[in-house]
Amino acid sequence: MTPILQLKGITKQFPGVLANDHIDLILNKDLILNKGEVLALLGENGAGKSTLMNILYGLYQPDEGEILINGKKILIESPTDAIKTGIGMVHQHFMLIPVFTVTENVMLGEESLRFGDFLDRQAAANRILDISQTYNLQVNPNDLVKDLPVGVQQRVEIIKLLFREAEILIFDEPTAVLTPQEADELFGIMRTLSEQGKSIIFITHKLREVLAIADRIMVIRRGKVVGETLPENADKNSLAAMMVGRAVSLEVEKTEKERGDLVLSIDNMVVADKFQNIVVDHVSLDVHEGEIVGIAGVQGNGQTELVGAVTGLKKPAEGKITLLGEDITKANPRKITEAGSAHVPEDRQADGLVLPFPVAENLVLCTYYQEPFSKGLVLQYGKILDNANQLIEDFDIRTPDALTPVSNLSGGNQQKVIIARELSRPIKFLIASQPTRGLDVGSIEYIHKRIVQKRDEGCAVLLVSSELDEIMELSDRIAVMYRGETIADFPNKGVTKEQVGLMMAGVLPEDALTEKEEPLVEPEL
Amino acid sequence: MNKKSEEKQNAGKLLLEEINQPKKRRIWGVISVPLLAIVTGVIIGAILIAATSNNVYEAFDESFLNGIGTSFSEIFIAYRSMFTGSIGDPVRIVNAFSSGDAREIRSALNPILESLVQATPYIFAGLAVALGFRAGLFNIGVEGQLFIGAACATYVGYAVKGLPGIIHMPLAFLAGGLGGALWGFIPGFLKATTGGHEVINTIMMNYIAFRLTEWLLSGPMTRPGSGGMPISPIIEESAQIPQFFQTPIRFHLGFFIALGFAWLVWWLLFKTKWGLNLRTVGTNPRAAKYAGLSVVKNTMIGMALSGGLAGLAGAVQILALNHSMALGLSSGYGFDSIALALIGNNHPLGVVLSSILFGTLRNGATRMMVIARIPIDIVDVIQAIILMLVAAPAIIRTLYRLREPKQEETTVFVSGWGGGQ
Repeated sequence: MTPILQLKGITKQFPGVLANDHIDLILNKDLILNKGEVLALLGENGAGKSTLMNILYGLYQPDEGEILINGKKILIESPTDAIKTGIGMVHQHFMLIPVFTVTENVMLGEESLRFGDFLDRQAAANRILDISQTYNLQVNPNDLVKDLPVGVQQRVEIIKLLFREAEILIFDEPTAVLTPQEADELFGIMRTLSEQGKSIIFITHKLREVLAIADRIMVIRRGKVVGETLPENADKNSLAAMMVGRAVSLEVEKTEKERGDLVLSIDNMVVADKFQNIVVDHVSLDVHEGEIVGIAGVQGNGQTELVGAVTGLKKPAEGKITLLGEDITKANPRKITEAGSAHVPEDRQADGLVLPFPVAENLVLCTYYQEPFSKGLVLQYGKILDNANQLIEDFDIRTPDALTPVSNLSGGNQQKVIIARELSRPIKFLIASQPTRGLDVGSIEYIHKRIVQKRDEGCAVLLVSSELDEIMELSDRIAVMYRGETIADFPNKGVTKEQVGLMMAGVLPEDALTEKEEPLVEPEL
Repeated sequence: MNKKSEEKQNAGKLLLEEINQPKKRRIWGVISVPLLAIVTGVIIGAILIAATSNNVYEAFDESFLNGIGTSFSEIFIAYRSMFTGSIGDPVRIVNAFSSGDAREIRSALNPILESLVQATPYIFAGLAVALGFRAGLFNIGVEGQLFIGAACATYVGYAVKGLPGIIHMPLAFLAGGLGGALWGFIPGFLKATTGGHEVINTIMMNYIAFRLTEWLLSGPMTRPGSGGMPISPIIEESAQIPQFFQTPIRFHLGFFIALGFAWLVWWLLFKTKWGLNLRTVGTNPRAAKYAGLSVVKNTMIGMALSGGLAGLAGAVQILALNHSMALGLSSGYGFDSIALALIGNNHPLGVVLSSILFGTLRNGATRMMVIARIPIDIVDVIQAIILMLVAAPAIIRTLYRLREPKQEETTVFVSGWGGGQ
């Protein structure tokens, strides 16, 4: 049987560009996609997955090689060409217009629907209903997209492609924005699609998902295909090793530890956003010495504001925050930092780094005004550089030198700069927000190790992550945030991931902890 | 090697990094656009010179070759007169030095000295804009701050009497800086407390400054017996910034004061924690907040310092050259300074170099007008083209097929537009 899609000898080089932006892609092995198959494309960030898919989607032109569809050589020069040949892409960030209805979004750009000069909404809506029945994609065509939960918005994206009669569907990191339950639903949809004869390329760096859904797995590293395997012959460790190029320990080594004195105490705190909506609703939380408290929750349930209040970036409307016995409710960030607190911010590029500044200056961003980095008014660049060289070595930051602008570093190394800066200070409390988002397996492993090490040294750690695996592996205690409230707070013992996932979707702990089967509730966001 | 000298070396390395970054490719990356913009500006200027000359058209009527020849000779005459007018006549300079006549040497060198005189207010004004950009602020109000600075310097210059020069001159000079600082502080304060954008507010403050000085000069500060002419009294001799030579050579101490301030601004921005505060707030206000800096405070400081430098530009003109204040004080220094800062990559050294270039162009243009009868406006056009090409570097990159550079600190300009909030 001829495969539906074949990429032969594709190469794409980016001469003169720093390697961590665009890796040169040299496909040493053909990519073959059979009809009705789910092919997982696994690789770290910057391995070349996106470059490859952008070539397939017509955004880049390959230097060499050819693309065959059903055995016929074709030329794809733009996304329009790609759609015409039956290739569709579900982007990581949805391409939907929030104030339009589902129908309007789906028919957007599909000129054939014009009836005279009028848009034929009804016909389009009917087709959408047809598609949604065939593929089990429940949506209401007349809903406004902005009212829909993220998981449903993603369905609209899929319908858009089916509406244009796509035969090959590319999913680019589709689970990044979903709860575990929503992700499972998506896998169900992908399964249905493939059973109905659609072919799917699934791009990801999450091992669990690959094993759950793929028919075949292709691993890419540094622009080359390094392995092809079937899920039944692989496990997480072997895939991770293939991806990174060395053995990786996925399980965090963590010993039991008695927790010590109270370090951070949040008492009945209320935080409002700039529109005066209450986004953190009477939250109380304690963090002790030598323990990691993980805050689980789908993004946008008040975690960002909670962190803002604890670090002094946002003033709470009510309640009290105490750090090491000192009231810091109204303190500014610098005072909180000086009290022995460290903060790994959620948005590392916007908050944690000054991108055009050299690595050395970023490594003293919170301390440059103090001795020994300043004497009187004058900055001591000798000391700042010594500090930088020491930390670059200690934390294995890959940079040409300490004077390179931090914007030239890869995402993982940028995060290492922040981790190095924050953890190298004598701290008693660490707040880490999404510390490994978007990082590759190697960096994740490293950062997890460092966080656990700090906890073992007696530091109190508050970990905020929408990555449930991370919460489960690192935390000694878990608090679940849902719509601004901590609906659960329990020791991380004998709890399953599914149960925590349910609580993230708003199911109360008493129900979630007794639940055994898959629930029938629609997760809300 | 001992610790001290090692630190010194590191500091030197960082300086290099700040200006150009160490590798050759990086140096080229920083200077290529301004340099090519200047070259392109001069080439387009040449075309304009030929295209606006009657001689060229007449020659073309005779024959094509004649037309081409005349075009080149016109361009040559124009640029040669510009060169001799702004740098000096090389033959005359050599002869003067070989004759050893001090007066002759001085007058042979006068063109270049005059260019430096012209460059002096540009340096102050350019530093003002550059410092603003580094702090994430787009100060378009340099012209207004310059007028207020000049008015303050003038007032202290004529109203305070009986002080020795060593005190009076610096006092009047700093009064100018203080006036400008106040005028810059107001939009800075408005931005920090209300979020009102400094681009709008500084432009409006310009108008207020112009009308205010007009009123001052025709009212409270008017010269007795001027008959209502808007001109101030002449400042005391003790307040004057000394000129080094006799008239007509106007070269004065202000040029060296300007260089001193360029060094001071460099030192402040790149060597002190205050400077790092300003640059951090200017480059990434969110990270600045995260690091515990007060964005509000640093915005106000940034605008006040920028305004202060602009005020000094006004003060130096009054105290060194005009000795009294009239309305035709500035030939648009405040607006040209934006171009200077951009061409100089918002670095004090770059500002000094671009100011000297602009001073030279200005000075040469006068001579060009006299000798080659080319309108002085051609220099405005050349300056405008250079500015356009520097501000929109994509044009130069397309024209000369340069590669897009990595993000560098020049992006400060962009955040200046967005208000950096």
